[in-house]
Amino acid sequence: MTKRLDLKKIVIIGSGPTIIGQSAEFDYAGTQACLSLKEEGYEVILINSNPASIMTDKGMADRVYIEPLTVEFISKILRKERPDALIPTLGGRTSLNATMELADSGLLDELGIELLGVTLEAIKTTEYPDLFKELMKELKEPTLESRVVQTIEEAVLFSEQVSFPLIVMSMSNKVGSVKVNCTNLTELENALTKSLIRSPINKCLVERQVSGYKEVEYEVIRDQKNQAMVICQLEHFDPVGIHTGDSIVFSPTQTLTDKQHQLLRDASLTIIRALSIKGSCTIRFALEPFSSNYVILGVNLCVNRSTALASKATGYPIARTAAKLAVGFSMDEIKNSETGEFIFEFEPAMDYIVSKIPRWPFDTFEKGDRKLGLQMKSTGEAMAFGRTVEESLLKAVRSLEIGVSHLYLADLSAASDEEVLQKVSLAQDNRLFYLVEIIRREYPIVTLAEKTAIDLFFLDKLAHIVEIEKKLINHLFDQETLLYAKSFGFSDAFISLLWQTTESIVRDFRYTNKIIPVYKQLGPYSLERKTKSAGFYSTYEEENESMPTAKKSILVLGSGPARIGQGMEFDHALFHAIKAIQKADYEAISLNNNPETVSTDFLLSDKLYFEPLTLEDIMNVIYLENPVGVIFQFGGQTAAALAKSLKLLGVSILGNVFLDSLNSNNPITFEEALTHSGIPIAISSSVATKKEALFSAKQIGYPILIQPVVRLNENKIDLIDNQLELEKFMKRSLTHSTFFITQYLNGIEVEVSSISDGEAILIPGIVEYIERSGIHSGDSMAVYPTQSLKPEIKQLIIQYTKQLANHLGCIGLMTSQFVVFEDQVYLNSVHFHASRTAPFLSKITNIPITEVATNSILGQSLKNQGYQDELVPESSKVHVKTPVFSFAQLQKVDALLGPIMKSTGEVMGSDRTLEKALYKAFEASSLHLADYGTVLLTLTDKDKEECYAIAERFHQIGYQIIATSGTEKFLKNKNIPVQSIAKLDERKEENILDIIARGKVQLVINTIGRTKKGAKDGELIRKSTIEHGIPLLTSLDTAAAILSVLEARTFMTQPL
Amino acid sequence: MDRILLLEDGSLFKGKGFGSLIDTIGEVVFTTGVTGYQEIITDQSYNGQMIVFNYPSIGNTGINRNDYESIEPTCKAVIVKEFARVPSNWHNQMNLDEFLKNKKIPGITGVDTRKLMHLLQNKGVMRGTIVDAHDDFKHAFDQLKATVLPIQQVEQVSTSRAYVSPGNERTIIVIDFGLKHSLLKELNKRNCQVTVLPYDTTAESILNLEPDGVLLTNGPGNPNDLPTVLTMIKAIQSKVPLFATGLGHQLMALANGCTVVKMKVGHRGLNHPVKDLATGTFYLTAQNHGFLVDSDSIDQTVLAVTHIELNDGSIEGIKHRYLPSFSVQFNPDAAPGPHDATHLFDQFMASVDDWKEKKGV
Repeated sequence: MTKRLDLKKIVIIGSGPTIIGQSAEFDYAGTQACLSLKEEGYEVILINSNPASIMTDKGMADRVYIEPLTVEFISKILRKERPDALIPTLGGRTSLNATMELADSGLLDELGIELLGVTLEAIKTTEYPDLFKELMKELKEPTLESRVVQTIEEAVLFSEQVSFPLIVMSMSNKVGSVKVNCTNLTELENALTKSLIRSPINKCLVERQVSGYKEVEYEVIRDQKNQAMVICQLEHFDPVGIHTGDSIVFSPTQTLTDKQHQLLRDASLTIIRALSIKGSCTIRFALEPFSSNYVILGVNLCVNRSTALASKATGYPIARTAAKLAVGFSMDEIKNSETGEFIFEFEPAMDYIVSKIPRWPFDTFEKGDRKLGLQMKSTGEAMAFGRTVEESLLKAVRSLEIGVSHLYLADLSAASDEEVLQKVSLAQDNRLFYLVEIIRREYPIVTLAEKTAIDLFFLDKLAHIVEIEKKLINHLFDQETLLYAKSFGFSDAFISLLWQTTESIVRDFRYTNKIIPVYKQLGPYSLERKTKSAGFYSTYEEENESMPTAKKSILVLGSGPARIGQGMEFDHALFHAIKAIQKADYEAISLNNNPETVSTDFLLSDKLYFEPLTLEDIMNVIYLENPVGVIFQFGGQTAAALAKSLKLLGVSILGNVFLDSLNSNNPITFEEALTHSGIPIAISSSVATKKEALFSAKQIGYPILIQPVVRLNENKIDLIDNQLELEKFMKRSLTHSTFFITQYLNGIEVEVSSISDGEAILIPGIVEYIERSGIHSGDSMAVYPTQSLKPEIKQLIIQYTKQLANHLGCIGLMTSQFVVFEDQVYLNSVHFHASRTAPFLSKITNIPITEVATNSILGQSLKNQGYQDELVPESSKVHVKTPVFSFAQLQKVDALLGPIMKSTGEVMGSDRTLEKALYKAFEASSLHLADYGTVLLTLTDKDKEECYAIAERFHQIGYQIIATSGTEKFLKNKNIPVQSIAKLDERKEENILDIIARGKVQLVINTIGRTKKGAKDGELIRKSTIEHGIPLLTSLDTAAAILSVLEARTFMTQPL
Repeated sequence: MDRILLLEDGSLFKGKGFGSLIDTIGEVVFTTGVTGYQEIITDQSYNGQMIVFNYPSIGNTGINRNDYESIEPTCKAVIVKEFARVPSNWHNQMNLDEFLKNKKIPGITGVDTRKLMHLLQNKGVMRGTIVDAHDDFKHAFDQLKATVLPIQQVEQVSTSRAYVSPGNERTIIVIDFGLKHSLLKELNKRNCQVTVLPYDTTAESILNLEPDGVLLTNGPGNPNDLPTVLTMIKAIQSKVPLFATGLGHQLMALANGCTVVKMKVGHRGLNHPVKDLATGTFYLTAQNHGFLVDSDSIDQTVLAVTHIELNDGSIEGIKHRYLPSFSVQFNPDAAPGPHDATHLFDQFMASVDDWKEKKGV
């Protein structure tokens, strides 16, 4: 049997917005699956709420619905489309949950929609721990001892039978419950109290945790003929206990004998066969360190982060294949025109070593809890290839874009031995650096292995790195030592530090002595079959396999690991830029290191260099390929910074000439660049001392924005209301020498996406932000078309945009933000890289923004591309883009919004009216509001005036209002019925936190800032609200938007 | 110590010596297996060969007592990109360097093994030699050219006297051409009384022991160099069920009129997909062969093809049309490699039982 002919129309449910734990990997899988099914002639219907995704672009599926992924909306679409089948495993937990709810609601049966790839039973078996353990017992596969409990006593009893640590998770009919690690009785009791409340069936699973075990993952695939095999094995550097997404991972497994590998392979095949999966799954194992015993930790049915990693590590297109297996193909029947000679029925054998290191957001969230555990905290990851573990690891380290070029943090040399040792035992984001530091101080690795349960094999690799460091110090400018160090992944930048010289001198020395890397082809066959894979990685060996062609080529710089402020939208841009370059008949060469992305598919670019985004690694590729030019606009901040250095080395940079000199994150140059442009900007000045600051602030007038002048650091900006706050701020920030003060314009923020060819300027759209300036645009709700701008203001904005593009000589993409304040328009910032708005506007306006921008960069006029010098006529529908946050994942990070971006993803809602579009956007971002209920208001003093209107509106639609004394008095005076609640420090029977915990409020509005009085309380309230899953708003503008939705849904009830 | 690997086409690879530092000459072949280096190095089918490991980091888990496929390995060299100086595994006893020193096998590390494999793929397997870097290359090269590789490889690795591995069900005779320990393990798992005999045992001696079945093992070298074995096979195959793997499979094919030819590079790895023509499904197999049964030669014989390799369509399994004899080119005993084909031992047991039952009647 080959593909099923009884199926015509297939629905795919995407994963929704990017949050920590659900990112671009689902876009990669979904895009592959859509194309794979379309290729077979199926009609593919896609539902996803994420506008930044590539899968929701035109042409990926036959029809794309950008709608909330709630049962309400999915049901509507299913009733309308009447598909034959649904694939539930391509959208992570979001789609698994939605599928289970749809099945429970009876709709799938009613409409006769079949699940493809997996059965409902398999989903339940893998997601409900009790069913899972039952199946494993049947299969004689060992799992961790566990017990389902309903009381604390039962759990305590169990803890006496097995030993701590234990894991507690609440049980429900949803997948992905929170897991809590407990190391003692008190923690167990606390965890149970919370988890039992969280469980709708009042049950928890308590499970023994294995500490010090090795964690290994197997990526397995099976078809309807029951043929199964293992595509890839991943070995964790960190022992069991850290979330997969937060672990440093190597592939293939490094420290397993063949017998151990085959043992796990056999178990993997047994399990995937027992689950009757037609497709792929990931199986996680824990291996006892002093025997070959193992336990199964879990099975993940979704194509996930590990699947994406496995796909890129081996070159085996897992999602593409899995989609074909789901519709009835067997592995030996798949023929793929695109992949040429590719055969699907084999287990990849690699001849390189892959390292993956997670990228954590602790540079943005300095206050975040850096400890790693069962809750994933990283936003992205960097992957690197090498011919040795050392080379692969060091390349991954410098791919992280955290400002390091080696496993070396200068700060650590000052730390005491005790401190370093203590950090080594603690699993936190920068442990790897501490490990190397302690080895540098000659701490024995055998003791270290015992202390950390990290395999001695890996620790010896770190020790080897330290040995090479010493060798380099003792052999300055020695060719042989240099070649040795390079072959183990050392960077020029770090070598120059050891040699006390500059990077360019090391580079010149290297080139003079012909110590240059060769490039090896990536592919699953090792060498046994020729492959068409375009993937290459560098190493210092003899044979180069990447041959430049005669065709003119263009190098596109990627964006590296996903992080806050640089997410999926860059993948979207890179993908389209690569396609546009190819269409323009150039060879598209890309350089990137993010394995989760669509743009790093081995079949997309003509050549893909899986390399760190550093000057050295880019120059090496340029040296070999000699491209016509380099495009950096789709590579984010790092690429922009590199572009300047590249230009200094004589590389031709395509597109904008201003590079990062005009980065508005660097306010001084920004102001300089705009002199004589005639475009108004906020008043500003740079100051060095507290005295100067107070003086300037007074002149400019409060409120002000203040930020230390640190290049490319957007994260230190603060909004200051008065002199007292400024004094406090300056006291806190003693370490910085220069500050930049800007007038804060409390107005409407507007963003313009434009494309310039040097003469004409196309403006695909202007969006208006719902939250006023002061909240980072990435955290604000964007509306298109603009709702409140007067036509003349709009004209002014268009005029300024054109002036700006001309003044700066911009070619390609330009994103400018303006503030409309007291009927004046001020330029707030301008960027030349991919933006979050571009994919959103592309989808709405049908203008492929990245493609048009790329063509302009390549020298095609807008006119030739069929576009006018104009603002594209605005659509009649209203579209809203709403940010989505990951506060539940990042404990200790305050949810209060401000000038620093905190969101991780976004959703989109479109409809005929603003209210309907807003409703969809709120639903899609899981901000579900009850038609009636109770709203809790805790506001900062200056918001109280404004709050009146909002409270009044809540009152009118029948919401009960609860507020603390200050707000309560204020509202009561205005005749709004309001109930008072005790503050945290007031000793009353029930205070604010209690009513939140007891579920007595349905919405919390909290605007108490962190420099204000009661700051601590404000933060606690927000934290508690998020923990209990209650919608939280920290901006009155968002509250007003929500009210308009609620009002639209409610009939007016007013006496005559 | 700087050492070099010289190939008969004049190519030269620089590296560092490890293991034994003696000079060596052999046939250079490569294997793609990521795991299982201990089993591979101790597999007697690699007798006389210099093994290039495709995977760049070899020796990560050290050497342990459980993973020997023979006690005295007879390969000629181990060629790697890098070997692990500090291996790590719970039952690790020593690192690869020490092991190779003990076994007097030279190793060379720091080689661009991918380049080397490209070369072998393009030109086919060839002879090579490892010598010290400061030696006279010309002399080493002349020696290499003049060397005729030995053909009595099976004689070197086969047991010289019979021995028994006890069990209490079926009585199986194993003819040792370079026996892997895992073959015995598979038979022991099935509770067989096993007698291992030297490769040159006559048919008469075999039949005198009244076996229920005979297993012809894997082994090194060219099967065409073993004419006496063919006589033995012809004489016993009508009297007792046969199962053969590797070299044994090639010998069975030769005995029944097929030709066996040398391959350009051979199949050496743990991920070779093989299709079972009877069921139409494939599985992954461990392979190590440099010769194969010529597909053009099989049609006129009493043999039928049962398995093919999916990459190149080559013959991987055959059976006798009328007699209870069958064989596979790959290693169903795995070690190293996937366990997907261990059912073939059950098939052998079934064929033995079937034959016993018929004989009883």
